Amino acid sequence: MSAFTTLELGKTPLSWPESYGGEQQPRMGFFTDTSVCIGCKACEVACKEWNEVPEDGLHFSGESFDNTGSLSANSWRHVAFIEQPTRVDGAEASGGDLRWLMSSDVCKHCTHAACLDVCPTGALFRTEFGTVVVQQDVCNGCGYCVPACPFGVIGRREVEDLPEVGGEDVLGLGTTHKCTLCYDRLKDGMEPACAQACPTESIQFGPLDELRERAQERVDLLHEQGVAEADLYGESPDDGVGGFGAFFLLLDKPEVYGLPPDPIVPTRRLPEIWGAAFLAGAALAGSVLAAVAGGSQ
Amino acid sequence: MSRGAGDLGAGGSDYQSYYGKPVIKEPVWEPVIPVYFFTGGTAGAVASLGLAARLSGNAALARTATYVDAVAIGVSPALLIADLGRPERFLNMLRMFKATSPMSVGTWIVTFSGLATGVATSLELFGRLPRAKLAAEVAAGALGPFLSTYTAALLADTSVPAWHEARRELPFVFAGSSAASAGAACALIAAPGPARPARRLAIAGAALELAAGSVMQRRLGFLAEPYKRGRGGALATAAKTLTTAGALTMGLRGRERTGAVAAAALLLAGSLAERLAIFRAGLDSARDPRYTVVPQRQRVDQRAATAA
Repeated sequence: MSAFTTLELGKTPLSWPESYGGEQQPRMGFFTDTSVCIGCKACEVACKEWNEVPEDGLHFSGESFDNTGSLSANSWRHVAFIEQPTRVDGAEASGGDLRWLMSSDVCKHCTHAACLDVCPTGALFRTEFGTVVVQQDVCNGCGYCVPACPFGVIGRREVEDLPEVGGEDVLGLGTTHKCTLCYDRLKDGMEPACAQACPTESIQFGPLDELRERAQERVDLLHEQGVAEADLYGESPDDGVGGFGAFFLLLDKPEVYGLPPDPIVPTRRLPEIWGAAFLAGAALAGSVLAAVAGGSQ
Repeated sequence: MSRGAGDLGAGGSDYQSYYGKPVIKEPVWEPVIPVYFFTGGTAGAVASLGLAARLSGNAALARTATYVDAVAIGVSPALLIADLGRPERFLNMLRMFKATSPMSVGTWIVTFSGLATGVATSLELFGRLPRAKLAAEVAAGALGPFLSTYTAALLADTSVPAWHEARRELPFVFAGSSAASAGAACALIAAPGPARPARRLAIAGAALELAAGSVMQRRLGFLAEPYKRGRGGALATAAKTLTTAGALTMGLRGRERTGAVAAAALLLAGSLAERLAIFRAGLDSARDPRYTVVPQRQRVDQRAATAA
């Protein structure tokens, strides 16, 4: 896409997939089925290895087996661990029994991606696979994508978070980072590192249409087996971000896993936001005119 | 997993979170960014005031406004560039124009405002080319109001609850605060006679800022808490107090030199405190998962209730 696309008068800029002409690919994504996650964190490790994501600090949370904490510039997969006094079928457990909920979180590769919308440099772009990727040589680290994301996925790589590496440029210091859905591997027809490493097929990779069908079958099966609380999260194109490219099967409410229950891309309100800014500007201009019209002396 | 306690006022119901960790990421911006909101906002409003003064024949006020504008917009790019993770790549901002990115739109507004103000200031200093100077003043004056308010759109276009949910009122707070600081800066420098419109603008701006802020807090409901508690709350109280005192002093004693200086100092401090308060409240609302989860959970439950 050339610069100034949006300024070419009389032409509406194309969006994915039309923007890729003949090079477009089916939209690829993840279906993370948390009902079979065993919390091994192979996804976290494989992601770090393949993508050369630096260490995120060796912190001990003291809360659970989760010492990663959250997704960030330096953690592109994050396995959440939740202990509940609940049986697998959702009923209350007796005698101090607990169940584990484990879930490998990742960038959602939203249909309407806030990070991409607000990026002022065009560093964030949509690939031919419909995924959202940061171009490291373009990002200038303005940080706008960081609070724009409704999921707290993307982060800026700060030198103080990396005591071990001492400011090497190759690590993308000062720019923002997140899951690329292994764009380089996809281009070579391979699956992302996390999905390949997952031993239980909790992380499934494939064309999004297929994944949605497979996920529906899985949730139906779980319901038949009595797991009534199994629910899909982010599979619907009607949600506030137009559906996730990476969606989930959860066994409890999204917020229990640290996920927003009803995310809405902030740019959906842009007409309202720009409208208010314009009206306020007009009010300011009116105040100036009124102040001057009153005369001096 | 943690469960929050019951009473949230209008926020209602108890909520769940993942060990109390934030759902969204806190902005990585440093306090130089709200300081820029202050300098850029002042620059925008003062450019408009200068143009209006020029067109009404108040050359003394127009000259003062030009110099204030030059200082305010002059320091702004330095503040913005200093906050980038990769400052040497700041020109990447000019690769494109994106209406979905208030930062992109704003970068172009700042760039053109800065160029126009630079030209106007140079020609004012050297007393040359009055028509070109007027053209530059018109450009800066026309862009000015949006230089003052786009920064509110920039904050509103995020997932930060205390900013996004204030999207209708925040630009009016910024407009008022900018008018107050611009009027105050000119009243501080210009002679009392020509500065009369500046004093009026300062008072009107302060009134708009306080009124819009009060509407914003009412409409935010429990999301207004970060504007009332902690450091955000302290800064907001300081802003309200300083602005009110400044506006009153400007109205009662603004024609006298000492009165104008005191009023201007109060109003400028109030305007800066307002931006710092809004910034701080946003950070606090991002850090606490309650502000993200509770309104979203209410939406989900309401939809479920409607469907049932």
